[in-house]
Amino acid sequence: MDFVTIMAAGVATGTIYLFAAVGEIFAERSGVLNLGVTGMMLMGAVGGFATVVATGDPWLGLLVGMAAGGLLSLLHAVVTIHFQADQVVSGLALTFVGTGLARVLGEGLSKAGATSLLPKVTVPVLSDVPIVGPIFLHDQSVLVYAGYLLVPAAWYWIHRTRPGLNLRAVGEYPAAADAMGVGVYPLRYLYVFIGGLLSGLAGAAITLAIQPGWFGELTVGGRGWIAIGLVIFAQWDPLRAAVGGYLFGAIDRFLLDVQGPENFFGIRNPIYYDHTLTFFLGMLPFVLVIVVLVVGSREAVRKRIGAPAALGVPYIRGERGA
Amino acid sequence: MERVFTGPDSPSAPEGAVTNDASGAPLAIELRGIVKRFPGIVANDDVDFDLRPGEVHALLGENGAGKSTLMNIVAGLYRPDEGEMRVDGRPVRFRSPRDAIAAGLGMIHQHFALVPSQTVTENVLLGLDRPRFLLGLAKHDDAVAELAAGLGLKVDPRAKVWQLSVGEQQRVEILKMLYRGAHVLIMDEPTAVLAPQEIEELFRTLRAMIASGRSIVFISHKLAEVLAIADRITVMRRGRVTASGIGAAGTSKGELARLMVGREVLGAVERTAFRPGPVVLSMRDVQAENDKGLPALRGVSLDVRAGEILGIAGVAGNGQSELAQVVTGLRPFHGRIEIAGEVAEHRTARDAIRRGVAHVPEDRTGVGSAPNLSIADNLIMKAYREAPIAHGWVIDVSAARRMAENLKDEYSIAAPSIDTRARLLSGGNLQRLILAREIESKPRLLVAVQPTRGLDVGAIEAVHRLLMARREAGAATILISEDLDEILGLSDRVAVIYEGLILGTFDVAEADVQKIGLLMTGGTGGLPLKVGPVLPGVPGVPGA
Amino acid sequence: MTTAVPPQGVAARGRRTLRLERRLDLPRWLPALATLGAVAFALLVSALILAAVGGDPVRSYLHIVDSAFGDIGVISDTLVKATPLILTGLACALAFRMRLWNIGAEGQFLMGAWGASAVVLFPLLPPGAPALAVIPAMILAGFAAGALWGFIPGLLKARLAVNEIIVTLMLNYVAALWIAFWVFGPWSEGGFQLTAQFPREAWLPRLTDLAAQVPAFGGLTVHLGLAFALAAAVAVWFVLRRSRWGYEIRLTGDSPSAARYAGIDIARNTIAIFMISGGLAGLAGMAEVSGVVHRLQQAISPGYGFTAIIVAYIARFNPLGVIVAAILFGALILAGREIQPAGVPGMIQGIVLFSLIASEVVLRYRIRLVRG
Repeated sequence: MDFVTIMAAGVATGTIYLFAAVGEIFAERSGVLNLGVTGMMLMGAVGGFATVVATGDPWLGLLVGMAAGGLLSLLHAVVTIHFQADQVVSGLALTFVGTGLARVLGEGLSKAGATSLLPKVTVPVLSDVPIVGPIFLHDQSVLVYAGYLLVPAAWYWIHRTRPGLNLRAVGEYPAAADAMGVGVYPLRYLYVFIGGLLSGLAGAAITLAIQPGWFGELTVGGRGWIAIGLVIFAQWDPLRAAVGGYLFGAIDRFLLDVQGPENFFGIRNPIYYDHTLTFFLGMLPFVLVIVVLVVGSREAVRKRIGAPAALGVPYIRGERGA
Repeated sequence: MERVFTGPDSPSAPEGAVTNDASGAPLAIELRGIVKRFPGIVANDDVDFDLRPGEVHALLGENGAGKSTLMNIVAGLYRPDEGEMRVDGRPVRFRSPRDAIAAGLGMIHQHFALVPSQTVTENVLLGLDRPRFLLGLAKHDDAVAELAAGLGLKVDPRAKVWQLSVGEQQRVEILKMLYRGAHVLIMDEPTAVLAPQEIEELFRTLRAMIASGRSIVFISHKLAEVLAIADRITVMRRGRVTASGIGAAGTSKGELARLMVGREVLGAVERTAFRPGPVVLSMRDVQAENDKGLPALRGVSLDVRAGEILGIAGVAGNGQSELAQVVTGLRPFHGRIEIAGEVAEHRTARDAIRRGVAHVPEDRTGVGSAPNLSIADNLIMKAYREAPIAHGWVIDVSAARRMAENLKDEYSIAAPSIDTRARLLSGGNLQRLILAREIESKPRLLVAVQPTRGLDVGAIEAVHRLLMARREAGAATILISEDLDEILGLSDRVAVIYEGLILGTFDVAEADVQKIGLLMTGGTGGLPLKVGPVLPGVPGVPGA
Repeated sequence: MTTAVPPQGVAARGRRTLRLERRLDLPRWLPALATLGAVAFALLVSALILAAVGGDPVRSYLHIVDSAFGDIGVISDTLVKATPLILTGLACALAFRMRLWNIGAEGQFLMGAWGASAVVLFPLLPPGAPALAVIPAMILAGFAAGALWGFIPGLLKARLAVNEIIVTLMLNYVAALWIAFWVFGPWSEGGFQLTAQFPREAWLPRLTDLAAQVPAFGGLTVHLGLAFALAAAVAVWFVLRRSRWGYEIRLTGDSPSAARYAGIDIARNTIAIFMISGGLAGLAGMAEVSGVVHRLQQAISPGYGFTAIIVAYIARFNPLGVIVAAILFGALILAGREIQPAGVPGMIQGIVLFSLIASEVVLRYRIRLVRG
């Protein structure tokens, strides 16, 4: 139950939230809400795991997992962008399809034995820097390091580049982007797809690195929805999404650790003595998401910021207000 | 109330303009046989149009005539069903706005193509090929500021668009096009949102652009302005051209009106004498914030009496919307509002409705109606809580349908049946529906906001007639409109709002367009204002 | 290149092209036809997928029909499965009508089941109390617990504009854990993961209980909950169609800004609708523990709350249509238990939902043959 261990584990698990949340940030910034994150993560997880079981190559598994998430997301993209269907319901449908399909494809995989994982890396010298070193740079999966790179890259992309300018325009006021010759539909397709790739990556990260194995729906559990909640908490900013992700990862680990010791500094640990209390521990992350949403909403109202203005609204050329 | 635009070059064509392409200069734009269809309507029916280099060519027609559609084709937003287009003599086929911009054509739409949450520079850069990847905003901020200064336009490149006034936003739009080297500018109803003085300024800018070698298409439905600024005029009616490229010098308002509408346009609506009754609405020092949390009303005081129409003149964004919302209970406020002598708390729209306030809102489709509900369901929106439509908590469906049928006939709402969805109604019919509903509730006070925006002449006349009828019947009306002509034509008294304050109130007989225009942009020019009726202790009103 | 909408030019044959245009009218039969078409399409796609993973689609589908409607006994079983679906489907349809995305019907169902169980297991009524006291108490408790679980997201949405999708989903997980605590802990029977069986007074009467008087009813497990469900459907239909409140709900769902303008108290309606929606789902949970399972355990719902979303959608949020759709999906759930592999029914549901929302495009656009 020490701080460094918990935080290090938090960074590892948090990377899963991070990938999914950043992917969803990209999609939502372009104006498309994609609630199918759980489905895409499961497809990524089963795709990656099945590949590594069949071929023994985790890198190939990573690619397959990402592709699986991306392909699934295209279903949502077509239905919401071209058919202009309701994005909320389409996302839910995507969750059903992705979950069901993953369970079908993952039939029998839970009996698979140990598989090879993606390598872990310890950065020499820097990993000895007090606190920061052991948490971020010691014995973490390559995917965790990929997460460190993804976050600033995503931020920079969104705020300092032309593609990012186009992305923001398409999500805030697509009529203006359209009039200036920026393709609204192609960009939305692209970013929904990127969201799918990253969600697939998140799922593959579970089965190929962080928590190997296939456990049906439980492989992802409620984490897809938590990631979506994190996007709101992050106010659509990759940096904040990373912080939120790592925090939730740490909480996951903390809740596990807190069941262990008999005593906390001399006080009886009730959970050690009555294991049914662990169910309440399990509730904490979900309750925390609700709290985080409430806090985020109040902040948004106060600062008058918020979601991309066109989020959730299908773009139809020529239809503006009165 | 005639308005005469003064300026160095009106109303005839300036000396030296190219008037004859037989001299060899290719036409800047040439359209032949353009046809564009939408479901249920032919928006452009075999239209020809040409723009000579260096001219201001006005495209005149009432709302719905097809002018915007035609120019949207030129701007690359629509593709024509038939017909051909040439730019500078070469045939072109635009697949998207990109192609049009690349060909040097820039369109400034009625609803600006600006992303409100982004800065001026970001908006200027949107859609450009360069810079390719890294934005380097600081460098471009300077470039934009320089270009603006060179054109005499004042803009802060780092400001976010939502912080700018409407006039400033329009300047940004012009800047965008010039930044892209547009040599043809198409402006769609640019003066709709401007005060008279700002219109003068715009015309000066346009003439400067002509002088520097550009050509301009000026879309409008306002006769006086068109005659003031245009060299040639093309008139459209119901998708067809009724007059092609006639010289502005050789025509008159009457002739243009006939070409536009097909008959003599009736002048101002008949009005009876002004016989004001007791005060129905009284506002004292009302303050309110807008959606961004900034002060929108900063101490508004006014009175409205039964049997009068009080027109509120002002440039968009000076608090008119918030004023209407405060009176109709859609926005919280501080200060005092009394309706028929009773203090109104007005926490919700329900309070306002209970006190007999009716609201014809700015946003017909988003606020004033529910698009997917039937006409009948829309008509009972105010009446559904009480008999005869409701008995206890049940709705008497047949009574509701009877009421809907009656109103549909009485107000001439053109639709297949009362079960037709509201979204299928034309603008004019939807407005008739809304007016029918609001007037049926026999209100003490009617608040009408931009009631004729986007409507064709027939619908405009119908709305004006209804408003005057309410006045005859003794109701009090607040009329908020960006169209100064409309306000001056209908109102008994006119109040000018600027930055959340009423700067002056005039009887319409003594109203002077120049003075009002000046107030609309905040200046008083030292002119003595007659503020009446006398309002005790109103802060911030100059000369009070 | 930007794609112009409406999408242009699908195919050009000689001088005629197929065009998609915005529809101006809406024939009354079109929505029903679109729904049927979508379901048929989804079944076809699912058949293909079934075949691809080695199943036999025709055999599976026939098996579904047979095992759901083959004889009076299985029809009764289908109706038993449909009962909670009708109620949860109503819960979703009512909320969705007002554009409130109640994805928490599953959790509200569970809480309702818990609340009803609490009457018996705390106990809240003295043991030996007659059925006439216990059953209504359980109904009340079930509805109230579900309503409470709906109140939370309703309040957060109404007062703080918090996204109700995520809140209701999170509460699903919390509810499942809550039940797990009681079932593993205080109410555990003999250390097993289920509670004691309820006393007879806490069982909803079933048709088979009347076997002594009517032999034909023997073995039919249809219970009183079905009557509640049907009554609720009619009540909801009436409220939506004929009452002032129903008008407000429909108006708010179509245009919240117009509803505000009309003076409707959207916050109050949001909370009220969420509570009723939760209550209906809670009632479903009560009906399940009292009419079918007769105890509280972890796996009392095969995803009723999620299937309900699709049921509501197929019915196009019409309460009476919910009855029909619920029966169909009840059949699917009943027979689907035997379909291998396990994820297939869920997948089919997702495909059906996709087809349904994609099919709405024909309600907005039509295909026209244009010469030119």
